[in-house]
Amino acid sequence: MARHTFRVWRGDADGGQFVEYEVEVNEGEVVLDVLHRLQATQAPDLAVRWNCKAGKCGSCSMEINGKPKLACMTRMSTFQAGETVTVTPLRTFPVIRDLVTDVSFNFQKMREMPAFAPPPGLKPGEYRMQQVDVERSQEFRKCIECFLCQNVCHVIRDHEENKSAFSGPRLFIRAAELDMHPLDARRDRKDFAKEEQGIGYCNITKCCTEVCPEGIKITDNAIIPMKERVVDNKYDPLIWLGRKIFRRDQMPGYLGGPTQERLPVSEIVADRAGANSPYGDDITFPLPTESLTYEHTTETKEG
Amino acid sequence: MTENTQTHGTSAASPRAQETVERHRYDVVVIGAGGAGLRAAIESRLAGKRTAIISKSLFGKAHTVMAEGGAAAAMGNVNPNDNWMVHFRDTMRGGKFLNNYRMVELHAKEAPERVWELETYGALFDRTKDGKISQRNFGGHEYPRLAHVGDRTGLELIRTLQQKIVSLQQEDKAQYGDYEARLRVFAECTITDLLVTDGRIAGAIGYYRESGKIVLFEAPAIVLATGGVGKAYKVTSNSWEYTGDGHALALRAGATLINMEFLQFHPTGMVWPPSVRGILVTESVRGDGGVLRNSEGRRFMFDYVPEVFRNQYAETEEEADRWYTDPDNNRRPPELLPRDEVARAINAEVKAGRGTPAGGVYLDVSSRLPAEVILKKLPSMYHQFKELADVDITKQPMEVGPTCHYIMGGVEVDADTTATMVPGLFAAGEVSGGMHGSNRLGGNSLSDLLVFGKRAGEYAAKYVDELTERPAVRTADVQAAIGTILAPLNRTEGENPYQVWHELQDIMQNLVGIIRRKDELEEAIKRLEELKPRVAKVKATGGRRYNPSWHLALDLRNMIVVSECTARAALMREESRGGHTREDFPKMDPKWRKVNVVCSLVGDQVTLTTKPVPKMPRELLALFDKEELKKYLTPEELAELDEPSESAGGAEAGRNN
Repeated sequence: MARHTFRVWRGDADGGQFVEYEVEVNEGEVVLDVLHRLQATQAPDLAVRWNCKAGKCGSCSMEINGKPKLACMTRMSTFQAGETVTVTPLRTFPVIRDLVTDVSFNFQKMREMPAFAPPPGLKPGEYRMQQVDVERSQEFRKCIECFLCQNVCHVIRDHEENKSAFSGPRLFIRAAELDMHPLDARRDRKDFAKEEQGIGYCNITKCCTEVCPEGIKITDNAIIPMKERVVDNKYDPLIWLGRKIFRRDQMPGYLGGPTQERLPVSEIVADRAGANSPYGDDITFPLPTESLTYEHTTETKEG
Repeated sequence: MTENTQTHGTSAASPRAQETVERHRYDVVVIGAGGAGLRAAIESRLAGKRTAIISKSLFGKAHTVMAEGGAAAAMGNVNPNDNWMVHFRDTMRGGKFLNNYRMVELHAKEAPERVWELETYGALFDRTKDGKISQRNFGGHEYPRLAHVGDRTGLELIRTLQQKIVSLQQEDKAQYGDYEARLRVFAECTITDLLVTDGRIAGAIGYYRESGKIVLFEAPAIVLATGGVGKAYKVTSNSWEYTGDGHALALRAGATLINMEFLQFHPTGMVWPPSVRGILVTESVRGDGGVLRNSEGRRFMFDYVPEVFRNQYAETEEEADRWYTDPDNNRRPPELLPRDEVARAINAEVKAGRGTPAGGVYLDVSSRLPAEVILKKLPSMYHQFKELADVDITKQPMEVGPTCHYIMGGVEVDADTTATMVPGLFAAGEVSGGMHGSNRLGGNSLSDLLVFGKRAGEYAAKYVDELTERPAVRTADVQAAIGTILAPLNRTEGENPYQVWHELQDIMQNLVGIIRRKDELEEAIKRLEELKPRVAKVKATGGRRYNPSWHLALDLRNMIVVSECTARAALMREESRGGHTREDFPKMDPKWRKVNVVCSLVGDQVTLTTKPVPKMPRELLALFDKEELKKYLTPEELAELDEPSESAGGAEAGRNN
């Protein structure tokens, strides 16, 4: 049993302030347990959105000591004894009350994303796909829609004005998922990603990948391949050659060295939202399609 | 979209003179946005009905995401010997023959179609080598039968249905210029009462959690798909939404509940650390080779194979271990017995002092499979234990014990149409009763909600088509309902709802748990009676905007009545069967197999009656060995079977496939 001070942001759209609570913490507890204890004892009307408390539903997203996290997956043992824990709502979305935000932006963007198009001529029960082919899309379907990636994406974090033109990482993995779906009948996913979703705004800073509680490689496995596929007519032989010879991290203009896990965040000095491209600003996306890291499966495998 | 606001006077007790009510008109309102609700809404919309989906959570967060194992459907992709008749047989055995046979039959026959259909919505199940949907073994299923995606099948199912709903909204946008022209999701909205006029459904009323505003739905048909009741228990795998809302709404609207004494305690919930107590450890851990051991290291499940299952389960560890690679020539390991058997066995081991320090037993997969195989087959279990308990399941065993997981009982429905006793009210998924009898097999719930969700949507739409006149919502009913909703906020004094809730959980956990006794059940009923007036007087602190103490105050009203049904039905049923174990009546009694305990509300009193279980036709009975039937049927029923009949012996050919 230990005592911690919890600084919890309380308020609504009209404003609010931090309220400090002294609270008992038992062995093995997570931040959500402590918030529940606050509700049951000191703050019955503390608004917290949660469901499964097992890291499967993605409801209890919030910022804990400034880091976007799931409250149910943040163990109290990760804090120092007696450390003050500061809990705030997601910053990218409007506050409803206390720790609950209005995440309808994401649902609106999902609604604009063209759905899976079933292949004509195949009846239910006739679908045949190989495990290796479904696995690429399955990675993205692990998404629990906690929207931490959306929250941390600095194209829209503190840049409300970009929201209309930018769908965010959650929707980029959905685009990639459908693009890589072995039987999706649509062939214009990349055009949609560019024209409607604003994938071009993404500067590949990998913040989304870092916060994903499911460990989805959002940037490497979805955004970069989608960016590469976005346009096919800009052909740069130097890049093409570079792709043949070097690994991605050895390519000219690559800022993040192979030992550097976290890319520098230089948005303060940049003239636009988001950090500079790790590829260097002299390289424009998309890169030629020859360098694709995957093939879009076109034919149905025999079953 | 018809939408306007109206003002209603609230009850006299309320200081607010006028309350603004947002009002909507729909053909079909689906309460609940889990698998059953979404599937029902899809079907209703496909039938051309303007449909509303009411979700207590955000869209796509339903409890269905917690389902890990898979959806049982006899597609025969892995073992071609599988077919609907084998699935039927397994389900009836699992439910100890108390099931509504017709629901089991429909379920077994239609599940494959429902699963295949999901692929046309974009679902990506794991595959077999020849590119078909892969199927895995699960407790109580004779063949590998569960369509799955790693151990996150429920998430895949919800996402797929959610995305299908979006795709239908996109079609409506193209046709009418409005995504919500015919299908709208009301997220974070709770229904508190159904409105019934002259015995027929007229609408439903509730509040937005976000704003606290009242919302009224006028609709002639309502589908209940609200899931279960687990939050009445202390140790449960269920999320906060599971407060028995649909059960209670149905009761108050005049419908009946059956089999409320049957709760499934999943044998393997986490027991350590205390904060995650109850969270599920999927059965796939056992299906893929995990074994249960007590503190002495013994694989104790071999000691607990009941007589009825003796022939189907291995007797030695060697045979059990061979089964994983050669299931055709070996019998299955006893770890894969139906859930009630395993839960009781763990309970008994712990009681006998052979439990772990935290009061569970060990579930070990680390000594059975290489680490990389565990990571591949059980990724989210690995994740869950690593993150929540700091246990590496590839290196050390898990500590597990029983957790309240599922209620077999629920709203009494017609098997084919899912219609309840109240015209216009339908129910599907966990909130409905009968399909699973006294115990549900793992994997049968995802397929249940697809099969009966679809049927509920279909028949609700049909009901609307056949109506000549829509029942009108009565203003007095609306006013009374508003009074109920606002009452906890308007009280100047009253108890903290959390306090009352914790007491309710104590009563249910300690007195109406896995093992039950007459005196304890009587004590539980007495204490629930004492709790009722306190529930009616709880006071919510704070305002109307996203106020959890207010929400809990209203949910408590449902939990208490559903808990009372369970306690009273458990006291009435003097036998042990499936999810109902009476220490004082430890045997299964064939006389009780013929009986459903039915709960209804008379005034505000829970009233119990009994009703015969629908009688299985002879050709379905013929799917079983006579010897096996002896364990379930009364001597009179067995004698009947021997009487000559024109269809005798024609089982396999007798029913259409």
